[in-house]
Amino acid sequence: MSEPSLAIRKFSDLANPTRFLALVATVWPWLAGLTLCLFAVGLYLSFTTTGDYQQGETVRIMYVHVPAAWLSMMCYTVMALSALGTLVWRHPLADVSAKAAAPIGAGFTLVALITGSLWGKPMWGTWWVWDARLTSVFVLFLMYLGLIALNRAMDDPTRAAKVSAVLILVGFVNIPIIKFSVEWWNTLHQPASVVRMGGPTIDPEFLWPLLVMAIAFSMLFFTLHILAMRNEILRRRIAVLRRHAARSAGDAA
Amino acid sequence: MSHAFYVTASYIAAFAVTFGLVGWVFIDHRNRHRELERLEAAGIRRRSARAEESR
Repeated sequence: MSEPSLAIRKFSDLANPTRFLALVATVWPWLAGLTLCLFAVGLYLSFTTTGDYQQGETVRIMYVHVPAAWLSMMCYTVMALSALGTLVWRHPLADVSAKAAAPIGAGFTLVALITGSLWGKPMWGTWWVWDARLTSVFVLFLMYLGLIALNRAMDDPTRAAKVSAVLILVGFVNIPIIKFSVEWWNTLHQPASVVRMGGPTIDPEFLWPLLVMAIAFSMLFFTLHILAMRNEILRRRIAVLRRHAARSAGDAA
Repeated sequence: MSHAFYVTASYIAAFAVTFGLVGWVFIDHRNRHRELERLEAAGIRRRSARAEESR
């Protein structure tokens, strides 16, 4: 009999966890290398561009704050697509993807909150205000923590996957609220200056380091996500093996 | 406090959380890998692994 092929020829082949693990083993060193190179360039640009005429050196906080804030929303969007994959297509790796992304999303949201607060104090004169943008991002952070807690609290992974998927999709309403909060309400937080109709209003001097850092953060997210998915697949294999071992021991007794 | 303090604190916080995530991913992988090896050493294997072995 011939060896089963682990080659991925079509998207549905990724539904096979063994194939997915083989793909991760090949891809992650390249992704990690690319991430490191992008961070090296991004950090160099972040610290060699001039300061802002109004904000001074604190403008450099933007190069970590803004990508982290974007990633906090992108990560939740990936989780929402995964939730659809769980509920609609019953893709075997969809729940693995959502579960693996939650701690990473919580991490990026925490970075956005901390760096935003550290930027707010010298620019606004306060660490925190309960305005629409800051509050909605804080709610996003709490949602990530809630989803992590929910997955840990439920023993049955199938049931946990369905409940999590529904909650993720319900919580997705917060993403447009975060994005448009600065337009819908009067907030202390500035309106969008990069991703907006009519193009960016930010000077190219600041735009380039910001874009390179945003791509670096995105690559970091994808690298961490596939590695966390690999860990989750191994965790599930261990759980299955333990159940088999317990059943075999029960039958033998 | 100077602007340098806020910039430095922001980058330290970003690096700390990023390295925390990287550390979590690699430590978790090492632990899961060891756990799988322990189970396989005890003769507990996946059906597909047993099938491959018998071929």
